[in-house]
Amino acid sequence: MSAISTDTAVRTAGFARALIYLVLILFALFYLLPFGIMVLNSVKPLAEITGGNMMALPNVLTFEPWLKAWSTAQIGVEPTGLKPYFWNSIKMVVPAVAISTLMGAFNGYVLTKWRFRGDTILFGLILFACFIPFQIVLIPMARILGLTGLAGSTPGLVLVHVVYGLGFTTLYFKNYYQAFPTELVRAAQIDGAGFFRIFWRILLPSSGPIVVVSVIWQFTNIWNDFLFGASFADFDSQPMTVALNNLVQSSTGVKEYNVHFAGAILAALPTLLVYIVAGRYFVRGLMAGSVKG
Amino acid sequence: MSFLKIDNASKSYGSVEVLHNVDIEIEEGEFLVLVGPSGCGKSTLLNMIAGLEEITSGTISIKGKPMNGVHPSRRNIAMVFQSYALYPNMSVGQNITFGLEMHGVPKPERQAAMDKVSEMLQITPLLDRKPGQLSGGQRQRVAMGRALVRDPDVFLFDEPLSNLDAKLRVDMRIEIKKLHEKLGTTIVYVTHDQIEAMTLSTRIAVMNDGYVQQLGTPKEIYDSPANLFVASFMGSPSMNLIPVTVVSEGDLLFAQATTGLDEVVKLKFADPPAALKSYVGKTITLGIRPEAITDPEGADHDAKTVERINNHVVVVEPAGSDTFVMTTLGGKDCNARMRADAHVKAGQDTVFSINMDKAIPFNPDSEVQIT
Repeated sequence: MSAISTDTAVRTAGFARALIYLVLILFALFYLLPFGIMVLNSVKPLAEITGGNMMALPNVLTFEPWLKAWSTAQIGVEPTGLKPYFWNSIKMVVPAVAISTLMGAFNGYVLTKWRFRGDTILFGLILFACFIPFQIVLIPMARILGLTGLAGSTPGLVLVHVVYGLGFTTLYFKNYYQAFPTELVRAAQIDGAGFFRIFWRILLPSSGPIVVVSVIWQFTNIWNDFLFGASFADFDSQPMTVALNNLVQSSTGVKEYNVHFAGAILAALPTLLVYIVAGRYFVRGLMAGSVKG
Repeated sequence: MSFLKIDNASKSYGSVEVLHNVDIEIEEGEFLVLVGPSGCGKSTLLNMIAGLEEITSGTISIKGKPMNGVHPSRRNIAMVFQSYALYPNMSVGQNITFGLEMHGVPKPERQAAMDKVSEMLQITPLLDRKPGQLSGGQRQRVAMGRALVRDPDVFLFDEPLSNLDAKLRVDMRIEIKKLHEKLGTTIVYVTHDQIEAMTLSTRIAVMNDGYVQQLGTPKEIYDSPANLFVASFMGSPSMNLIPVTVVSEGDLLFAQATTGLDEVVKLKFADPPAALKSYVGKTITLGIRPEAITDPEGADHDAKTVERINNHVVVVEPAGSDTFVMTTLGGKDCNARMRADAHVKAGQDTVFSINMDKAIPFNPDSEVQIT
């Protein structure tokens, strides 16, 4: 008797398979095209772009535009390059992601394992935050930042992003912990672990996949955010996205397209990196959070 | 002073009362089994002893100290859960010592306690593994290890064997019994499996609909069920419940019923309870265990009153160790347990010996045993 086949994919004839691959490759190329053009043009001298075809391969390979975008390009009034703004973004993103993920996890823990009167309504209200458009909160948020003295600072931006991200992270962790056996919490209670100890020692260490989901989601959203950065940051706390805009919009001198392309890639690189490193956990975690919950 | 005392305890969720005035007392070293069908309140009662559910009214005391409102970790209890509830992120060793760590026991003592317990349960080679890498039986042992290491006053088991396959379940059952005999600790054990209840316990509380139907030793529960629920729930195959008419001849009382051959037979009560006299002429329910109805050769020779009747065999079920023979009596199916090599065939008429010492009369309306 032959071994049971584990191949559950639909068997297709060779020709059909070739066709499928052809179509898939074409789609992939099509999707990669904009990024390819950005990379190509970021390593060309400016003269090649202005004088010729944007699609053409570079005649002279140069990394000058990258260096310029990073450290010497004119951003607004200062010729600093994107470097200081990159660090601004990091200083904003890391605490904002960490705090919103931790608080989301804690909310999820309380909402699933320590049910209280009105918890469903509270969760509904938190969930509501996921559906509020950014623009609506601009003015109230500006008022709050003004009152707390955080206006125009990195901590202010962190606060804005934590508040805005909390709805999503709470939703993720609530769904994830819903499938987490309550018997474990009870066992820990009998073992003598308290409210916080159960969270730190039992739930959080078992939350790997959903932490990855939350981190990727929050990281991409906060890193890519332009509106809050443009509205609430001062010159010395502006994130990368705002600086990139300033770089491209600078009206003095010639438009250095190659530098702009390099800057745009630089701005997109961290999120790309996060996806490459943790992407497969992202899909797995989304499944774990949603299907089982 | 009893060791564990449940005094008039009730539990309500909102206006729905799910446990009604439960009274149970057990002594130190007893093995109490709470048994009943799903939804009878047995797990709720266990959780109330553990402190995981509040007690709505009444008191639960351990060693004479009332436990109402006391945090689970301060009751000096340990619990084995149905799903084992092993912490997935910790190794087996960490799982076992977590409770000690939370209670501030210093590391060398934790280590010593862990070594002792893991040796006793033969899980020493597993100590560095994660629960996810263990089989069902191994997880079960680790869960017991986690409970044992605390050296608690009372062990609570919540259907611990229901996730194991049939063979392993029997093995673990024997192991739990051995452990109890060796350590002599007080155990409260919840199950819906009446075989587990019978084999493990020193005391059984049969529960249904939030009431304790009967509390007694396994023998009391089996031989003298308080009501029809206990009679039919305990025992496999379950007790035959046959409608009979009580008739008297002189001082003697008989149960009169029609066999599958349309013959009217009278079965003499061996030791009729005094109250049975008032039922003369009325219909009662007579409970007879299958093993009290046998082929004549297999009948209990010490029995005082054995009645022999002819009856029609409907179905024969050879079960290996016994042969179950289905007949009809009083218009109801009636199961008899014969020796494995008894010569009976379906469709035949054969002689059955009924051990009337073991027959229990019940009032069919109140469903309570007539005593």
